[in-house]
Amino acid sequence: MAEKNLEPIIKERRVFITGNEAVAWAGVAARADIMYGYPITPQNEIMHYWTRLAPKYGKGFLQTEDEISAGFATVGGVLAGKRAFTATSGPGNILMQDSMSMAEMMRIPTVMIITQRGGPSTATVIYSQQETTLTCFGGNGEGIRIVYSTASHQELFDYTIKAFNTAWKYRFPTFVLGDGYQSKMRESLTIYDPVERGIELVPAEPFLGKGGVAGLDRPPVHLRNTYNMEDELYEVVRELVDAYNAVAHEIVEYREMETEDAEILIVAHGIVSRAAEGAVARLRKDGYKVGSFRPITLRPFPAEQLRKCADRAEKMLVVESAEGQLKKLVTDAIYGSTTPIETLFRPGESITVEEIISAVKGL
Amino acid sequence: MAVLPPMPKLWYRETKPHKFCPGCGHPLVLKALAYAIEELGIEDRTIFGCDIGCSLLAWDFFNLDTVQTHHGRTTPVMVGIKRARPELICIAYMGDGGGYAIGSQHLVNAAVRNENIMVVLANNTVYAMTGGQMAPTTLPNQKTETTPYGRDPEKTGNPTLGPEMVAAITPDTAYVARGTVAKLGQLKSFFKKGLQRQIEGKGFSFIEVLSGCPTNWRTNAEETWNFLENEMTRYFKVGEFKVPGQVKEDKNE
Amino acid sequence: MSKGAKIVIAGEGGQGVQTIANMLSEAAYEEGREALYIPNFGVEQRGGVSVAYIQISDEPIGSPKFKDADVAVALSKRSIRRIAKYCDKETIFLYEGEITDAEGEFPEECREIIKVPAIKIAKELFHPKVFNVIIMGFIIGLTNVVSVDTVKKIINSQLEYKFEKNPELREMNHKALEKGVELALNR
Repeated sequence: MAEKNLEPIIKERRVFITGNEAVAWAGVAARADIMYGYPITPQNEIMHYWTRLAPKYGKGFLQTEDEISAGFATVGGVLAGKRAFTATSGPGNILMQDSMSMAEMMRIPTVMIITQRGGPSTATVIYSQQETTLTCFGGNGEGIRIVYSTASHQELFDYTIKAFNTAWKYRFPTFVLGDGYQSKMRESLTIYDPVERGIELVPAEPFLGKGGVAGLDRPPVHLRNTYNMEDELYEVVRELVDAYNAVAHEIVEYREMETEDAEILIVAHGIVSRAAEGAVARLRKDGYKVGSFRPITLRPFPAEQLRKCADRAEKMLVVESAEGQLKKLVTDAIYGSTTPIETLFRPGESITVEEIISAVKGL
Repeated sequence: MAVLPPMPKLWYRETKPHKFCPGCGHPLVLKALAYAIEELGIEDRTIFGCDIGCSLLAWDFFNLDTVQTHHGRTTPVMVGIKRARPELICIAYMGDGGGYAIGSQHLVNAAVRNENIMVVLANNTVYAMTGGQMAPTTLPNQKTETTPYGRDPEKTGNPTLGPEMVAAITPDTAYVARGTVAKLGQLKSFFKKGLQRQIEGKGFSFIEVLSGCPTNWRTNAEETWNFLENEMTRYFKVGEFKVPGQVKEDKNE
Repeated sequence: MSKGAKIVIAGEGGQGVQTIANMLSEAAYEEGREALYIPNFGVEQRGGVSVAYIQISDEPIGSPKFKDADVAVALSKRSIRRIAKYCDKETIFLYEGEITDAEGEFPEECREIIKVPAIKIAKELFHPKVFNVIIMGFIIGLTNVVSVDTVKKIINSQLEYKFEKNPELREMNHKALEKGVELALNR
């Protein structure tokens, strides 16, 4: 990663841009080497901005024939030792799970940005939180992956950079889960060069093509995801799960607001958590003892932390733009807690501060 | 330790004898490929990718950095590697199901984009690892587990002519051929020509190889070679379909 | 300067809805305020009703959409229905003067309903194309969420390529903006 000059790759500045542009800039800031992608709304502008930025920074891009190919080409780019990434949404996310399950099995540090659109099927190109389950558990396995759910353009930028670091540090496929709103809306954020800020970038290294003559200078690298015997596979998966669980506590991130004395605990992730926090601020002014808990990592999930808040509350309100996908994660995390759970589900539709306020008042 | 017969240096001895069935065509393809790589002296930078199906058994076959991928997805993985590190020589190895059915969109588009990789496809007319179902290359009237009364082209179409298709969609710099395990010398020369294209950075090469599967064909040695050399070649013409620099004669002109 | 505003604007594709929404939010950002602008977007690349949601505030903005617009603007008849659901009893509802026979579709409860003859004035004084700038001026005059000077700066930077070819356009856009503000203040 030799830099051509000592100037920061991105001059730190405040900008007013779309989320897709923020992701493309973050890719540059994270020293991503190459993006593979296939057009799908609302992800497209990530590619549009990347293809404008990439040549200026000596970075690559390939538009593939479909998302299956984009996902597997990303796997290839990572195996070659490059910081490779892709981005998709909805039906494209479904197709990419094929490659992401390979990345899970072989611990290939791919980075994938997801801009959730409505589902199931083609649905809308606009917005939802209906790709939560798919993004967390989309493979034919245990969900051995890291998923960051962002709520603002600043976070899209920060967590896209972080995703490369997390992926290469822990060697698990890493996802940044945004949505169509975050993609298309404009708001302000500060873009910066992480190196300038002293953020260490975890170096990429090749899995294949390590140099020297295989079999002469070193043993050949033979990578597979197929196993012959069930006990053989069990050991592999056991090792994967153990490795994942061992570092999960280092990876989990969450955000609490006014939970200390909260009688009502609102749980929301992604952009909906903004509405939840807005509702908490306004309800507190009206004297309601309400707080909010937001998992930032959906995989691994901040289960213990949520459990503590849940146990203190009298009631929980799970709010999401899906029909219970976050709730499944929540109930799994707090299993055994007797705090009742109420819900505000709006699959494929936005949720406003006002709607959450009235839901809390109606509890 | 058992005494091993002579084999290419590029074969990884720790995993020999190999795991393919007796009489399988794959080891022959991989022998010709090994000699081609050795003769070109590119062992230090060649990456081998294999698909699902019997081709996956090649995952630890060579003294080469190797990745076994998903069914049909070896082409995009090798494309991804090549695009990220153009100095590597990338070979995608698959069967007829991987290349012509589940991964056909990847083959077609990699060919159209003239990706600088080599795709090697073993055509044995059946899905072998899954137990002998009809493949895109199953011959008319050929019996398989899913065409127990013989393949009916009326209902299932005609066998895929891969090299003919790839030759039609690639630019003139591409190299396209169909070899056979019955002619290993010729096959090796096809591989060398394909790899040479890649070494020179001139683009896509595609080599289909007619290969035998006595296990699923339920044939003895004589029947196997008869099917391979006589039945298959009647439909699948062996030879070069696109050779860069070769002057094309258009008789209609 | 007011605390902030939630504004929804709807019109036909090509009427410049997203252009003025973008300029208003950009101006607020320029002034150091929190701004969030989201266009509606569907599978259709062209045609159909275009809707823009803008929020300007001094505090972090919650969800990108809202139910209680301070100002709701309809530039075409069929766009009224698309924005009526964002109106409550505090909303000021604006509609373009050329919309007729649409009273039945007006939002049921809102603070004020104002007809803005922007197209007519644009035709008379400037050019039909700048009617959306008059609308933008009207919104500013009504809400005071951004200053006219900042919006002029944004107009200059975003339309520079047009102004270079035709410098008269700059003056026309600025005057249209001022006219809109004036209409709002004298309503």
